[in-house]
Amino acid sequence: MLEFKHVTKRYNNGGDKEAAVKDLNLTINKGEFVCFIGPSGCGKTTTMKMVNRLIDITEGTISVNGEDITKQDPVSLRRSIGYVIQQIGLMPHMTIKENIVLVGTLLKWSQEKKDERAKELIKLVGLPEEYLDKYPHELSGGQQQRIGVLRALAVNPPLILMDEPFGALDPITRDSLQEEFKKLQKELNKTIVFVTHDMDEALKLADKVVIMRDGEVVQADTPDEILRNPANEFVEEFLGKDRLIQARPDVTTVQQIMGSSPVTVNAGESLKGAISKMRQERVDSLLVVDENNTLQGMVDVEMVDLHWKKAENVEEIMDTEVFSVSKDSLLRDAVHKILRRGLKYVPVVDESHKLVGIVTRASLADIVYDTIWGDGLEIEEAVAASQ
Amino acid sequence: MMAFFSEHGMELIVKTWEHLFISGAAILLGVLVAVPLGVLFTRIPQIADRLISFIGILQTIPSLAILAFFIPLIGVGKIPAIIALFVYSLLPILRNTYTGVKDVDGHVLEAGKGMGMNNWESIIKIELPLALPVIMAGIRLSTVYLIGWAALAAFIGGGGLGDFIFDGMNLYQPDLIVAGTIPATILALLANWLLSIIERKLTPKGLMKSYQTS
Repeated sequence: MLEFKHVTKRYNNGGDKEAAVKDLNLTINKGEFVCFIGPSGCGKTTTMKMVNRLIDITEGTISVNGEDITKQDPVSLRRSIGYVIQQIGLMPHMTIKENIVLVGTLLKWSQEKKDERAKELIKLVGLPEEYLDKYPHELSGGQQQRIGVLRALAVNPPLILMDEPFGALDPITRDSLQEEFKKLQKELNKTIVFVTHDMDEALKLADKVVIMRDGEVVQADTPDEILRNPANEFVEEFLGKDRLIQARPDVTTVQQIMGSSPVTVNAGESLKGAISKMRQERVDSLLVVDENNTLQGMVDVEMVDLHWKKAENVEEIMDTEVFSVSKDSLLRDAVHKILRRGLKYVPVVDESHKLVGIVTRASLADIVYDTIWGDGLEIEEAVAASQ
Repeated sequence: MMAFFSEHGMELIVKTWEHLFISGAAILLGVLVAVPLGVLFTRIPQIADRLISFIGILQTIPSLAILAFFIPLIGVGKIPAIIALFVYSLLPILRNTYTGVKDVDGHVLEAGKGMGMNNWESIIKIELPLALPVIMAGIRLSTVYLIGWAALAAFIGGGGLGDFIFDGMNLYQPDLIVAGTIPATILALLANWLLSIIERKLTPKGLMKSYQTS
């Protein structure tokens, strides 16, 4: 859909030849929502504005649907690409309707076609039709930017460029507009190039996040992948510690939180021995292992009771259908399984099915506790400081 | 009073008409030249300020001197008078057009350009409508000044109400001076009032309201 090949931009002011965008290569597929993000001056806006030729490319090519944009007339190119800016830029002297169908007017649409399209579009953002005859200054900021988005959609362009469109709105309005817009984008299957400096926004909206610094792409990946595997320190820093911690449940492995000493019993142990072990350790079930510590099954107090005096040892009565997780599996998945199956605990095994630990509901409660209260060090430090 | 009207009534109407014609023609020319020029200047901001100062210098030449300079060049009569007054009308209209268009919100222009407006569409659909109140203020200012200055046209045989004033001065007849001055003042006030109505009609509705609210 949209392809950047070795795109470079140099601004020619006062001998300052530092490239604003350096040798950028990127492919954006149809229907993809791509966020460009980075600190100011990283070249994200320049990159976007090169697509509709508001800024000229110095070297390289950008092609839309396989066609080199420098070979197209800039005016008709821009009419075929939606464009939304942060400052909204509605025409103050035109009604909402005239604003929405502005590109239609430029393309010399008939009045009926424009009226129809305006009515169709305003429904998309849930504003009443009466608003079509109002003027921009009669609308709130959030409503104005909704109109700004509709204006970009008016002639149904497959590609829309958005330059921090929600940046100037208050947080609550921004939040609802983001939700609305994401929904709209999925419905209409538009390809979106979205520039922002707000990481939350990028992670929330994008299918692909392109992190830029000094005119270069540092990392271009799905939000998940970026949170899991930040390419370097810059990305980590840019994501911020908080987000990485929040994202941790996604990447924590079972091994990191498991209890390392589950109560076990040898497969050859007698039932009497098993019972006394349970009493000693104050548990109601035991994991059964062989002499190599390989997980064999489990046995609980009811099973022992049922077979009391009928069976010799644990091996005969144990339940071999024990659900276990590998120590490298993601905690996220493990938690999901524990909760779905209603298990009290899950044994953790290594590659050769040796028992290495256990995840209990108590360990899950600990994670929740840590997330809410931290690891408790802050409190201790505060106490120490006050003494 | 009645005696004056019976003696000069017809002449008064003819002179008033001449006066109106001279200043009207000069203003019309001024608008036709200065508005496009002002828009053009916004496209060359690097030298626009210098050009405007230059035209400002033209305006500092005493009006009598300009009229006198035109006599050897294009003789006497209405045409030289109109041309001289036209030169004076330029600056306020030009400066206001330039300022008005230059001050149009850059984001609105960027949005327009990003939507795919070419230069011409941007001028007609965005810049002129948004700059209109400022441009009209320049035109009104020019008009009021010009109607006053048009009295000097009489000096180079251009006619108009200035004839009464000069006759009055030469013949020591104050009533003739008054007869030239009062209609000129009334003309200026009327023109200003008329233009303010035109301005209100032309100013886009959305713009008027946003001025009130802001």
